[in-house]
Amino acid sequence: MNQPSAAIEPATNAPRTLRRIEVWPSEQAGDPRADSVKKQAGDLGVECRSVRTARVYLIESPLDDAQLERVRTGLLTDPVLERSHFGSEAPGAGVEIVEVHPLPGVMDPAAQTVQDAIEDLTGSADAHVMSGLRYDFKGITGEQAEFLARRLLANGVIESVHREAYTPGSFPELPPADQTLRHATITTLSEEELKVLSREGHLFLSLDEMKAIQDYYKAQGREPTDVELETLAQTWSEHCVHKTLKSSVRYTPPADDIIQWAGRPGVTVHDDGTVEIDNLLKSTVAAATHELIEEGLDWTLSVFVDNAGIIKFDDENAVCVKVETHNHPSAIEPYGGAATGVGGCIRDIMGTGLSAKPIANTDVFCVAMPDMPMDDVPEGCLHPRRILKRVVEGVRDYGNRMGIPTLNGAVHFDNRYIGNPLVFCGCVGVMPIDLTHGDAEPGDRIIALGGRTGRDGIHGATFSSAELTDEHADEFSHAVQIGNAIEEKRTLDAILRARDHESGCLYSAITDCGAGGFSSAIGEMGEKLGAEVHLDRAPLKYDGLRYDEIWISESQERMILAVPAEKVATLQSICDEESVELADLGEFGTPDRELILHYEGVEVGRLGMAFLHDGIPMPTREASGGVGAEGQRGKGAEGEEDAPADIDVKSTLLDLLRDPNIASKRWIIRQYDHEVQGNTVIKPLVGPGGIGPGDAAVIQPVPGSKKGLAIACGMATPIGDPAKGGDPYLMALAAVDECVRNLVCVGANPDKIAILDNFCWPSCDRPENMGALVRACMGCYDAAKAYRAPFISGKDSLNNQFRTKDGSLIEIPPTLLITGVAEVEDVSKCVTMDLKAVTSDLVLVGGASGASSSMLEHGPVLAKLISDCVQTGGVLAAHDVSDGGMAVAAAEMTIAARAEGASAGLEWEVPPSIGSGGMFEFLQSTYLVQVQTDRLGESVLERLSGYADWRIQVTDRGKLDTGDANIPVSDLSAAFHSTLDW
Amino acid sequence: MTSSTDIRAVVLRTAGTNCDGEMVRAFTLAEAQTDLVHLDRVIAEPALLERYDLIAFPGGFSYGDDVGAGRVFAVKVREHLFPALRAAHERGVPMIGVCNGFQVLVQAGLLPGNEIHAEPDRPTVALAMNSVGRLIDDWPGVEYDADSACIWTQGLAGLEEPVNLLPLASGEGRFVPASDDVMRTLEANRQIAVRYTSDINGSAGRVAGICDPTGRIFGLMPHPDRYLEWTHHPYWTRLEREQMRGDPPGLRYFINAVQAVSAGRAALAS
Repeated sequence: MNQPSAAIEPATNAPRTLRRIEVWPSEQAGDPRADSVKKQAGDLGVECRSVRTARVYLIESPLDDAQLERVRTGLLTDPVLERSHFGSEAPGAGVEIVEVHPLPGVMDPAAQTVQDAIEDLTGSADAHVMSGLRYDFKGITGEQAEFLARRLLANGVIESVHREAYTPGSFPELPPADQTLRHATITTLSEEELKVLSREGHLFLSLDEMKAIQDYYKAQGREPTDVELETLAQTWSEHCVHKTLKSSVRYTPPADDIIQWAGRPGVTVHDDGTVEIDNLLKSTVAAATHELIEEGLDWTLSVFVDNAGIIKFDDENAVCVKVETHNHPSAIEPYGGAATGVGGCIRDIMGTGLSAKPIANTDVFCVAMPDMPMDDVPEGCLHPRRILKRVVEGVRDYGNRMGIPTLNGAVHFDNRYIGNPLVFCGCVGVMPIDLTHGDAEPGDRIIALGGRTGRDGIHGATFSSAELTDEHADEFSHAVQIGNAIEEKRTLDAILRARDHESGCLYSAITDCGAGGFSSAIGEMGEKLGAEVHLDRAPLKYDGLRYDEIWISESQERMILAVPAEKVATLQSICDEESVELADLGEFGTPDRELILHYEGVEVGRLGMAFLHDGIPMPTREASGGVGAEGQRGKGAEGEEDAPADIDVKSTLLDLLRDPNIASKRWIIRQYDHEVQGNTVIKPLVGPGGIGPGDAAVIQPVPGSKKGLAIACGMATPIGDPAKGGDPYLMALAAVDECVRNLVCVGANPDKIAILDNFCWPSCDRPENMGALVRACMGCYDAAKAYRAPFISGKDSLNNQFRTKDGSLIEIPPTLLITGVAEVEDVSKCVTMDLKAVTSDLVLVGGASGASSSMLEHGPVLAKLISDCVQTGGVLAAHDVSDGGMAVAAAEMTIAARAEGASAGLEWEVPPSIGSGGMFEFLQSTYLVQVQTDRLGESVLERLSGYADWRIQVTDRGKLDTGDANIPVSDLSAAFHSTLDW
Repeated sequence: MTSSTDIRAVVLRTAGTNCDGEMVRAFTLAEAQTDLVHLDRVIAEPALLERYDLIAFPGGFSYGDDVGAGRVFAVKVREHLFPALRAAHERGVPMIGVCNGFQVLVQAGLLPGNEIHAEPDRPTVALAMNSVGRLIDDWPGVEYDADSACIWTQGLAGLEEPVNLLPLASGEGRFVPASDDVMRTLEANRQIAVRYTSDINGSAGRVAGICDPTGRIFGLMPHPDRYLEWTHHPYWTRLEREQMRGDPPGLRYFINAVQAVSAGRAALAS
């Protein structure tokens, strides 16, 4: 190998120097990072002769040569794996260098670690570090290097690309900010001018809202300060206030609607056939929960009001769950967007009640088809394959570093997600049952804990409420962030110690800084009391932030606590021990319940909490239709693709197993640590080869207790897709049904299922989309009531649509994710979906085809029945029948059982009543259940007899044999694993 | 949880440690009195370690692992704790590093530890990024060297699949010796206490864990601390009852260590 010689810089002794250190992999270490880049470049059509990579550290410090040498050898270089030197290695002939560094102001966790370690090693707290990666390519042109930099190695939103070894003389200093108090003119503006102010100021408020603000300031007789206007925009953003779901709706349903409108809570049916719904969310999702509670359901502890929903787990412990979306940021910077999505959802759990310990994460992604030709990707969008890879890496790196097992998820592919991928991040926490509520008290200090405030993440809340366009990557680069999981982990460690302090919890309330930053967190906590904040007291990452930027910055890893003054010192000492920064920003409680903001002694903002929280106008929204064309309704979108009665079973089945929507997600799942904390008893992948797609994961929230918690999700987007004849009402029913089925298949108690809703929708300014939302909400209500599964929390993300450069609009299909958690009374009774190799039968239980409202009648009965059978024993395996029908479900069960030497197989005759096509149909409320051939099994079969009339023979021949087709399980497995094994 | 011995274990945690819960539980189930102590506290007062009979370096992403997995933790050990740990070793205290803890032990000069000098040695082995270039979470099969001096793995050599697996969850788990000589010495000294049964991450010699020549200091990438109950097994739902008899293999590591401490005390007393 031709190793270029290193040009080592001569040693100098300057007072403050910027030195460059390169760390290259040693011969014996190999360079997996380079191997991976080479392979991915090949996938993009760029064949490199060789790739080498080096870590780069730029260190600006007053350290002398001896100290820097210690940093290089002692800290930055592993003598076995790496070799390093100061300066830069001269590139060999024909080498194209691409070097990537974070842009100024973007979080650089490696640099922070090095700065801290340098302080520990040398005592100097004055080092400023920037990290980077250098790639040396051989055998490609400069143009190809630029292409790889753009497509693979860097994202211009957060990173800068250099085509040489970047060695600046010094880091640029940020100019001090101009802190002059600025006012916006609003009282004299025309309607047109209000609209312009809303858009150009990135406020994204409607005209009605702008007018309400105008009226407020007219009454006040003054103009707003910039920070007041920003505060209103954040607080009134769709992201924060969910104004669409909470609005009243006038809906024109289709003729012969399958939804019965009369008698629903909050619904008035007019003579002209239209219906009026008063506060959509309250009348549907929330109404179901409150009605169930009134009917005696007694295990919910906090619903819809806190950062997460809380349920009772046992006499001492409660469990809380939250699922968030982070769609817009992930579209622009998938790695940072997904990672901070995870981090934000974890902080929701840390900020629920008086804080919970996060114990499980979930993640669900919706992206465009991974094989989309590059030329079809609209300008301003990233290729779906890159998005998925980077999103997975973001979830992986944040979740794993936090030490939270990622246990459940799904991926759905549809090309309409091209400009607007969806990233759902869920988190489950456990907390003492007496710490589920907290309220700030007047006089409590406003304490910020955790990360410092920077210019990252400005306008995230308003940005996420807007439609995306091809120019958003540039316009909203400041909304995108990179997370630092270790900062959050330290903060979590400190908070849990403060919560469990021997003198009692050291704070009276806690919440996280999410969208809107301090503005939302303090605004919400102080809603009933008022709050006085000194923005100059917030610790900053760097100089140059204006007071309004400090207030609305969404910098990650920050929590706000309300702390009684006398307890601040104790909290401070815990924070010192955990290396967490604490800042006292002010006090809760003002005489007139106001939000008062100061910067260096100057009042920069004053808003009445009443106007801030209740002043937003709630117009009635218009909605109509939202359901597929007449004639298709009631069947769901699947009906459209009904296979003919006689089809080639073998090729159909293999094709389905290769379909990315069905294919194994092992490549993703195995990158997540799903064992950390040591409480995972049913893993996401099951069976002897660790390849079976489990229905639900089960953890033990309280180690040592036999009680478990099952976690699953349900999503049935094709059934609800109006563009394909679907009905969002049926989609909601099917999603809840699928979630319930997944839970009971592992042994969860169907009487103790709590669910969460996440609506991701295109713009609801279009009445059809609003109509689709109305229908999905009605489905949520009906399903929650039928299954007696209360919604405990939820979230919506609207305006998920992309405006291409030529002006055409790509709307995502209406997407509803249902996440469910359920009690498992005794984890030792859990079952998994892999076929067990003993004498047994596999029976199809349920079997109603398509999606229809009759699900409401049979679904809960069947769920209870399956659960009872699992509890009494005799059930060896259970699996739900959904995408790809019973044939795919059966194939998955055999694949899951596959292992060296073992060879479970199945054999069945296709009943003429459904034909071979029927085997691939989505079946509602349907299960495949493997039942042991013994006395216990006989009693199970007896109980199932009313619902099971199709028996499948379990064989040891390692084949799936349907008479028409005879397929070795090895072929099924190969197909199942071929698509997404990146 | 209760414990019935007076044997004391310490689990050292710091920013980014995240497998401290399972490690504490492992020692507690093995009936050691277990304390979870922040590294900074021990650095401030290294004599604290004198209280303990067992020392554990748990898994996680200490200080973010951004510079190198376990690197900053190891630098702190080398700079501040090496004499105290060396003294503990000379006192006969067994030590275990799991995953990130293993990465710390090798970079801190405590493993392979053929001779533990007054100053920490330069590392001679390392854990590099997996050959696939990303984290692997799986339960590979493992095999034990019956003739290794490792006190932690005594009696496990007879185990067979399907119970003889260990959970692995690491990005930087590929074992790399600095030279063939290093590998030969490890082999000759029977320091390779546990290997994978197949090549899962590109480790030289399929090495999963090594001990020092005394067998007391032990580090491995897989997590015995996550295999404390039979329901932790990845497919326990299809195991026969008789396959799940006795203590799960992961727990046996910790019982072994507690017993070794007891035996050491008994020997001292007699």
